[in-house]
Amino acid sequence: MDARRVGEHAVLVECADLAEVATAYALLRGRADQLGAVEVVPAARTVLLDGLPDPGWVVAELSTWARDPDGASRHETGPLVEIPTRYDGPDLDEVARQWDMSTAEVIWTHQSVEYTVAFCGFAPGFAYCTGLPAGLEVARRADPRPKVPAGSVALAGEFTSIYPSASPGGWQLIGSTEIALWRADSDEPALLAPGCRIRFTETRGR
Amino acid sequence: MNSAVDLVVLDPGALTTIQDLGRPGHAHLGVPRSGALDVPALRLANRLVGNPEGAPALETTLTGVRLGLRRGCRFAVSGAPCTVQVDGREQPWGSAVSAGAGAVVQIGPAVTALRSYVAFAGGILGERVLGSASTDLLSGLGPRPLTAGDELRLGTPYAEPPDVTAMPTSLAGVLHLDLGPRADWFATATLAALDGATYEVGGASNRIGLRLVGPALERRRDAGLPAELPTEPMVLGAVQVPPSGQPVVFLADHPTTGGYPVIGVVRGADLPVCAQARPGDRLTLRLAGAARAEPGRRQQS
Repeated sequence: MDARRVGEHAVLVECADLAEVATAYALLRGRADQLGAVEVVPAARTVLLDGLPDPGWVVAELSTWARDPDGASRHETGPLVEIPTRYDGPDLDEVARQWDMSTAEVIWTHQSVEYTVAFCGFAPGFAYCTGLPAGLEVARRADPRPKVPAGSVALAGEFTSIYPSASPGGWQLIGSTEIALWRADSDEPALLAPGCRIRFTETRGR
Repeated sequence: MNSAVDLVVLDPGALTTIQDLGRPGHAHLGVPRSGALDVPALRLANRLVGNPEGAPALETTLTGVRLGLRRGCRFAVSGAPCTVQVDGREQPWGSAVSAGAGAVVQIGPAVTALRSYVAFAGGILGERVLGSASTDLLSGLGPRPLTAGDELRLGTPYAEPPDVTAMPTSLAGVLHLDLGPRADWFATATLAALDGATYEVGGASNRIGLRLVGPALERRRDAGLPAELPTEPMVLGAVQVPPSGQPVVFLADHPTTGGYPVIGVVRGADLPVCAQARPGDRLTLRLAGAARAEPGRRQQS
């Protein structure tokens, strides 16, 4: 496993794609204590180990590690979270145009996939969920909204996500949910963490 | 009058927040580390009043803070040197000061530097999010910045404060960088000019990032690079370079991921320089050489 140094206390493990990130993240999170890592943070093509007492040793150690030592982590699955969703977003028509299908087909397609949280970022509890079929990437809005409501179900690039709190945002909004993505008073405040599996299920009415 | 209230904010100045050592360990959930920007100053203020070094204290910004005491307490000020007054009487900076119930305490404005730390014996009580009382200006976690009329409660003093006085540390205007992880995205000439380059601190700097204004850091133009960097995790002190070429040093409230290449990372020892730099101050970048990084290997080859 190849890693490069990041400052005095961190290393960055490079991966070819999101699938490799998922495998590396599962492996490194499981061995965080062995490496002395305070943080194990996945993103699109990299996994960061931060808070390392001896990053030079970690780079050398990782170079002797296989990416997927027993092939098991690939099949490891996180908990399945269901997101009850009203498909009432203002950008449904735009996504239908980009996907060249009807809005009913967009809603059906979005629900038909079991997604995996690849990584979090942008805001606490904002999960980049992967799993959309290739070819269904979504272009961001040319004109980002100054305020996207909390609970907005959204698409951008190869990802779908849910805004945990109101914030500016350029993702295309296709629906909304009332489920709490972030519970500040909890010891485990984030509903979604990397590795979680997600399904969106349509609810109607209020 | 509420007897549970120990102090009242009369004037929070430009920006006063509660800060401790932050909430590291949750970046994979998108949670910034937050915490005091000038960590050695926070630790010092707490030591001066007998607290654990990471107890929650006030972080002020340039103009200081005015407080009304509802009960007597001890406090100490560190970080940016500033005037300290109790009911209009001058008190020492950098040492424990006692003040009685009803007193008005004026901290600042800062004489030099930017952020002062005010620690109270017993620490500031209040809301904890993921184990920290820190205000995070990026994500909104923790208490909001203080406003006039806010009421604060203090814990029970831990120990008799030591009878010592701290001296202001003078911070040289130099940031030492370790190159990488994406130095290879930049032109050879850019990297060559980085050591010794001088930048002015931009006015839009805040707890999220220190904006540097000066020579643009140019990316390589050859075909070998992708147009954009896939979203990558970010560390404290990362020097991120947006397309404008004007670098931003990520401070405690920085986003956990980012989409622009990081040319280098500021050494931890120089983060207080970033915390205390005022807009308009000039800072010089220095590469932390490989020889300095690994002194044990100097004789080899």
